Amino acid sequence: MVMEIVCPAGTPASLRAAVTAGAHTVYCGFADETNARNFPGLNFDRAEMREGIAFAHDHGAKVLIAINTFPRAGDEALWHRAVADAESCGADAVILADLGLLDHAARHHSGLRRHLSVQAAAANADAVNFYADTFGVKRVVLPRVLSVQEIAAINAETDVETEVFVYGGLCVMAEGRCSLSSYATGLSPNMNGVCSPASHVEYHDDKGVLDARLGGYTIHRVQKGEPAPYPTLCKGCFSAGDKTGHLFEDPVSLNAEQLIPQLQKAGVTALKIEGRQRSRSYVAQVVRNFRAAVDALEAGLPMPEGMLARLSEGQAMTTGAYKKTWR
Amino acid sequence: MSDPSQQIPQLPAVLVFPLRAMPLAPLSMSLTAISRSIARRHPGLFRRLGEYCHTRYVLDPTDLPFVIVLDPGGGAPRVALTRGRGDGTARIAGSLAALLGMVHGAYDGDALFFSRDLVIEGDTSAALALRNAIDDAELDLSQEIARLCGPMQGPLRRFVALLERQSGVSLTRAAEGTAW
Repeated sequence: MVMEIVCPAGTPASLRAAVTAGAHTVYCGFADETNARNFPGLNFDRAEMREGIAFAHDHGAKVLIAINTFPRAGDEALWHRAVADAESCGADAVILADLGLLDHAARHHSGLRRHLSVQAAAANADAVNFYADTFGVKRVVLPRVLSVQEIAAINAETDVETEVFVYGGLCVMAEGRCSLSSYATGLSPNMNGVCSPASHVEYHDDKGVLDARLGGYTIHRVQKGEPAPYPTLCKGCFSAGDKTGHLFEDPVSLNAEQLIPQLQKAGVTALKIEGRQRSRSYVAQVVRNFRAAVDALEAGLPMPEGMLARLSEGQAMTTGAYKKTWR
Repeated sequence: MSDPSQQIPQLPAVLVFPLRAMPLAPLSMSLTAISRSIARRHPGLFRRLGEYCHTRYVLDPTDLPFVIVLDPGGGAPRVALTRGRGDGTARIAGSLAALLGMVHGAYDGDALFFSRDLVIEGDTSAALALRNAIDDAELDLSQEIARLCGPMQGPLRRFVALLERQSGVSLTRAAEGTAW
């Protein structure tokens, strides 16, 4: 069976680009705090979501709606409404992280398929099976801290489908538990849907030397001609004592394209591409690239060499935790 | 690291020279008329701008001797060309070919930023909103201009197609994912 390619769409145009390029499934979110890519100018209103889902279904593709932030006490209605609207728009599944919201969806929208977001950080078979047994979760998006062997071990002990990230921005923390950007901005991906919110980011270019500041703190300085990274604290370049370097992680993108055969052997059902904040140009190229890879795998052909370095943060790529080689 | 400047083509001299030489006032008026036509045909672009639909943007084609000051005007946009840095809440700078390629969906804005072909200054949030709204609008600037040219539409389209083929600069909406 062909591995399912799950593609990002931040706008209706990107959704159409993903479907046209060969995505089996597209994931997207409503234009509010209920999804973890709550960026200016991105996401879907209800009418756009309905039209996008109809377009995808007409072309044989599925749409998953990410409602994967953690509801604020007293404001749960916003998240409850999102789940109800996802169902009425015709979504094929919702991607949830919060225990309370999973319980609400299971009780009030039992016919709506539930996937567990990477934000829930379910990283072992007991956790995966708990979500399946308790809330009827059919698929779990695994956190990007697992090796291929660990993924295989989880799949050996569960019937729940697993989905793993194969391309795009790389979080170095266990997702759902990272509050780094809260310290500099007061906002976090978990509660507000924004990691390094653009409203707190400033760039200063002085004769080609680019400074990136987050919440007033300088977190990168790149020289003329050097690739620029995203302004996230986890990939910041800091000075301490007489040393300057990337404390947590180098600014690189995940690319596990060449590991797809191993991921298939490990029992993975679906391959996820990060990047709802990216353009329709990115979506189309990455989708086409990965669709060619899974089609080649299915046909017994070697993995094609990708051409994705240009689209990568830092213009460099890594296989992340899938192949652990600690320095 | 690859040299990105070798991958973004240069605007042909046949276009650059008149743009450098033209008086700015009539060019500003023409661009305002084109932007208002776009606003009528793509109202969703201004909805997507949200709180930034009255934000003044400076678009700086670094290979031309002027900047483009865009005021979305809540759906009644105004465009003014000016020499110097211009005055706006957010500034987006890059070669004209890079800016056109981003508008036409040939280039990814983040990739242009990573490769330093695009510089953002000022209100980053406003800049992102504009980038995302334009990307969703799937604009074709040549078609938008041609619509206003009456009987000259056909010859203009053929001229633009020829220029695009010869220069490699994205002058029309790109087929999905044909560049990078």
